[in-house]
Amino acid sequence: MRLLTHNMLSSNIKGVTNGFPLLIEVEKVIEKPVDFNPDFLKNMFVKVDWKALVDASRSLGYAELPEETPESSVIDSDDFLRKFHHALLELHLEEGALVCPETERKFPVSKGIPNMLLHEDEV
Amino acid sequence: MHNRGSNKISSRIAQIRLVSSHPEVYEPCDDSFALVDALLADRNNLLEHRPTLCMEVGCGSGYVITSLALMLGEEVPGVQYIATDTNPHAVEVTRETLKAHGVHAELINTDIASGLEKRLAGLIDVMVVNPPYVPTPEEEVGREGIASAWAGGENGRRIIDKILPIADKLLSDRGWLYMVTLTTNNPSQICLQMREKGYASRIIVQRSTEEESLHIIKFWRDFGIKPDTKENMTVNKTAPARVLDTLLSQVHWLSLKKSGNSNSS
Ligand SMILES: C[S@@+](CC[C@H](N)C(=O)[O-])C[C@H]1O[C@@H](n2cnc3c(N)ncnc32)[C@H](O)[C@@H]1O
Repeated sequence: MRLLTHNMLSSNIKGVTNGFPLLIEVEKVIEKPVDFNPDFLKNMFVKVDWKALVDASRSLGYAELPEETPESSVIDSDDFLRKFHHALLELHLEEGALVCPETERKFPVSKGIPNMLLHEDEV
Repeated sequence: MHNRGSNKISSRIAQIRLVSSHPEVYEPCDDSFALVDALLADRNNLLEHRPTLCMEVGCGSGYVITSLALMLGEEVPGVQYIATDTNPHAVEVTRETLKAHGVHAELINTDIASGLEKRLAGLIDVMVVNPPYVPTPEEEVGREGIASAWAGGENGRRIIDKILPIADKLLSDRGWLYMVTLTTNNPSQICLQMREKGYASRIIVQRSTEEESLHIIKFWRDFGIKPDTKENMTVNKTAPARVLDTLLSQVHWLSLKKSGNSNSS
C-alpha cells in the first residue's frame, strides 16, 4: 500500500466522526521505484493532506518531508518534487495495520493490501 | 473466446495465460471480455481524456484493471489505479495478475469504496465496474465465496443500485463510468436514473451470448442536463416526461446562449 492510498483512506466504522488519518503500525516496509512524473505530482499536491502524508512517511522511516505545509511555489523545485514522489508512491506498507484514530480498531495490511471490511456490528 | 490474448491487440490487454486464479474468484468471462472490448473501443477517447486516477470496483481476477493499465500504458504516464473487491482472494489474485503483466494498482479489500468515499470524492476520472448482476433470491447477495461474484438480488440490481450513488460521489467533474449490465437489469431505467443525477450515457458494446444479453454503458457528467432538484422529483411526472423536460430545457438554454452570442458579436 502506497502512502497515496493511506492519504485517501478513512476509518469507515459506523458512528466514527474523526476517522482520518489512520495511524500506521509497521511490520514491514518496502520500496519500489516508480517513474517520476512531475505533472501527476503537481496535480496531487493540492489534493493530498500534507500533515497526514508527513506523519505517515515518518512512521515508515522517511523523515525528509518538511513538517509545515509548503507554499505552493515549492512544486517548481525538483528537489522537493523528488521527495514528495518518493513518499507518495515509492514507499509501501507491506505488512502491518491501519488503526482508527477514534476507536483504535485495527485494519490489517497484508501483502500490501489493507482489509477495510467491517464486522456486522460496525456497519 | 479462449485464444483471446494471442491476437494483435494482446500487448494492450491482459493475457489470459497470465491471469491468476483461485477456486473462489470469478474467472474472466464473456462479461469481462465485453467490458475490456468497450474500453478498447473507447481507447482513443481515453487517451485524450488523460485520466489521473482510475478505479475498478469488484476487480475479481484483475483482468479488467490490468487491461486498462496496459491499454493506457506509457501513452498516458503517471496514471494511478485503484481496485477494490469484497472477496479477499480476489484482491490477492488481482495482485498476482497485475504483477505478471508488470503493472501496478493499489488494492483494497473493501465493500465498494468503503473507507475511500470521503477523501476520494470527486477525484476519480475513470471508473469501471462489472458488478454482480444476475437476478437471484435476495439472501444470496453478498454471501461469502464465489456466489457474491454474480448474485444481484431482485432484477440483479441490489449491488448496482448501491454502486451508482457511490460512483456519482467519487467521479470527478470530467469523470467517466463504464458499467456492465444485463437486459434484465433494465439498463434504460438505469440510464434515466443517472440522467436525474446529471449524467449522459451511451451503450458502447452490446453483445448477446447463449445465456445473456449484455450492454456496456458509459456514463459521463453532462452539464447541459440540470440534475433534478427535490421539487422536480415531487412533481408527479413519469420518468420519460422528465427526460423530455430536460431535453426541452436544454434546447431552450442553447437558443438563449445563441442569441446571447449574436448580441455580443
Ligand atoms: C462479475 S465479477 C467481475 C470480476 C472482474 N471485474 C471481471 O470483470 O472479470 C464481480 C466482482 O465483484 C465483487 N463484488 C461483489 N460485491 C461487491 C461489493 N459490494 N464491493 C466490491 N466488490 C464486490 C465480486 O467479489 C466479484 O469479484
